[in-house]
Amino acid sequence: MSEATPSEPPPEAGLPRFTGIFYERVGGALVPLAATVLAFLIGGLVVLITGHNPVTAYRAIFNGTGFNWLFPWVTGDERRIAAKDLQETLRVTTPLILTALAVAFAFRAGLFNIGGQGQYWVGFMTALFVGTHLAGLPRPLHVLLGLAAGIFGGMVWGGIAGFLRATSGAHEVITTIMLNWVAIFGGQYLYELGGPLQGSNASLPRSDVIDASAKLWVWWGTFPGLHVGIFIAIAALVVYTLILNRTTLGFGLRAVGFNPDAAAYSGIPVRRSYFLALAIAGGFAGIAGAIDVLGFKYAVDTSDFGSGIAFTGIAVALLGRNKPVGIFFAALLFAGLQVGTSSRNLDPAIFPPELASDLSTMIQALVIFFVAADVLIIYIWRLRRHLKLRQPLKEEPARP
Amino acid sequence: MIDRVRSTRSVGIAGIAFGVLAFWLALPPFTIRAAAVPILIGLVGLGLGAAALAQGEKKLGGFALAFAFLGILGGLWAQGVEKSTLQDVLTAGLLASTLRFATPLAFAAMGGIFSERSGVVNIGLEGMMLTGAFFAVWGSIWSGSWVVGLLMAMLFGALLALIHAFFSIHLRADQIVSGFAVNFLALGVTGYLFSDLYSSGIQTSDVSRVPTLSLNFLDRIPGIGAFLHDVFGGLSLLVWLMFLAVGLTYFVLFRTPLGLRIRSVGEHPRAADTVGISVYGIRYLAVTTSGMLAALGGAFLSIGFVGTFSENMTSGRGFIALAAVIFGKWRPGLAFLATLLFGFGFALAIPLQREAGISENLVSTFPYILTLVAVAGLIGRSIPPAADGRPYVKQ
Repeated sequence: MSEATPSEPPPEAGLPRFTGIFYERVGGALVPLAATVLAFLIGGLVVLITGHNPVTAYRAIFNGTGFNWLFPWVTGDERRIAAKDLQETLRVTTPLILTALAVAFAFRAGLFNIGGQGQYWVGFMTALFVGTHLAGLPRPLHVLLGLAAGIFGGMVWGGIAGFLRATSGAHEVITTIMLNWVAIFGGQYLYELGGPLQGSNASLPRSDVIDASAKLWVWWGTFPGLHVGIFIAIAALVVYTLILNRTTLGFGLRAVGFNPDAAAYSGIPVRRSYFLALAIAGGFAGIAGAIDVLGFKYAVDTSDFGSGIAFTGIAVALLGRNKPVGIFFAALLFAGLQVGTSSRNLDPAIFPPELASDLSTMIQALVIFFVAADVLIIYIWRLRRHLKLRQPLKEEPARP
Repeated sequence: MIDRVRSTRSVGIAGIAFGVLAFWLALPPFTIRAAAVPILIGLVGLGLGAAALAQGEKKLGGFALAFAFLGILGGLWAQGVEKSTLQDVLTAGLLASTLRFATPLAFAAMGGIFSERSGVVNIGLEGMMLTGAFFAVWGSIWSGSWVVGLLMAMLFGALLALIHAFFSIHLRADQIVSGFAVNFLALGVTGYLFSDLYSSGIQTSDVSRVPTLSLNFLDRIPGIGAFLHDVFGGLSLLVWLMFLAVGLTYFVLFRTPLGLRIRSVGEHPRAADTVGISVYGIRYLAVTTSGMLAALGGAFLSIGFVGTFSENMTSGRGFIALAAVIFGKWRPGLAFLATLLFGFGFALAIPLQREAGISENLVSTFPYILTLVAVAGLIGRSIPPAADGRPYVKQ
């Protein structure tokens, strides 16, 4: 795939290495912000056309996110509900940050990891296995083992795609999509009625509940409350930045992402980088699954495998432009959208929740479109710069 | 030299044949029940495969080894199963249901081939199918006619494809990101409209469904008539349209000037541009066609099969179609065979679960594992069109 025909358009526009464009700092946070505002405006338009009031709908969604907890004038019962909502929003933010990191990390090496879904579920299941099969361990050790198992599971699943990319050049977009479905159907098989890992209740397609010693600590609110996963996610943001910017490995990965041929020429093992990039990316998604199972799910039902949390993670990475701060806020936004539109938090009298959840999907799609289309803005900007650079060159011979 | 190559090839092919035989003898009509038979025959196959490998025939030799190994396993497994169970699983109805499972996949796969042959990666097939599924129901309820339903499906599938085309051709957005957003958009829009318009659910009696063609004359053919009737006698019109679509896709792509243009734009857009082919025009056309075909596949799911719509009803079929495109090496015929293979897998999963207790979920993973094996190059390399996924910049 790397043998491009010589007369091709700029290589960064091609499928295997579209990296360069995404890391231009043009516009900084402005483009994502504009994309978000635009998406919400169009979403509001859809709400308006279908005969609802967009302002009250958005306000109801906002109040469902629990972000109003931050306002000092919200008091009493309202504040208690807001706290509970905010806990839920932050609980959803956690896996979104981590699955977004799974995309972003591979992105920096020029790979598009769509496999967060599969890596998340494999990490979820390995952590679940540790959580249910190692009774009697002291709590911190059991939790750590569970998290480590999640990372390991995700790394294996991501590593398969990385290995295939490194050895046979199989495109990671295809392999990770396929691995997603293998993980989803495989997971349903493991816990279905009569499945090999089905829990002790033979009439339910469910796993057992993990031991109390494997559960993450809850630090805010009562059941279900907010577990410590959000701190792990924030730590992962730091780790992500450190690996990429402060280690030889990260330097190599970024070099491969910018230009694999040049990286290979300067002695960076490109194949090894592909493998490591996808394996580590898988680790991020894997720990997301581990945190979800150890933090509040505690078990899995075959019907859970439909959840598309990691797909939202891709949108988060795109909107956050692979920057730690961007990913954090994008994850908050999408988590807020998800929680604010859930049937529990949205008053059906104001706006039907089943519409609202689809509305949030639509808004996510629009955000991705607009962020992707900003490539156009950057491209024009770059063309202009190229032209500017060229002009003095042409004039040069005329000088004395 | 040539003789030697031929002889090693035939050794490999014989190995494959023995592998198949090891499994087949355990099935009806033979239904041999002795563990030694598949093992012995399979071992012969393994030996032949190894011999072929040793003589440098890597591909066929590997095939023979795999087939022989699977033949032994399959043969032993089949022997462990009751004779009557096997007869219940392997029926003519299984083939008919294979075709039904393959139809939406084949439509979408043909769409994918059009798009990717022109150089635009289309992972938005899933969303285009979903759009087709919804608007087919909508048009069919609104007008009372399935014809309008199909037309609406194609219209809105084409519109969604146009969005993808505009972003990936004119705006040069990353095609995977754009296709990804297309899927999200379709999920949101169809879900929103579905909840808004049909909040009380859809009455299947309100939906005008695509008719089924009863080919009773097949029954009168002597000998295999009854079998043919069971397979082809009661298929939806859309299944036959799917056959037509596959044939047309092949014909257009490989037997017409337009097809040559589509392929040249996908292989080397600069060269195509130089000889005066409109790269953008051809790509828009191909992507739009792809949306229409994928939408027809979705329409089969809704008004061709179940007669209603439910949120996210395509549930990943667009991705399987994409897998079929790759598995079929971007060729209509091979991709169609791949959809048949996947369809057979799904059709087989149900009776296997019912009769033999083999997990439907487990069988469902096979298409994806097969595709992984295919892209990993174990069954010959799967090489995409050279300019697939590369935006073209006019000069």
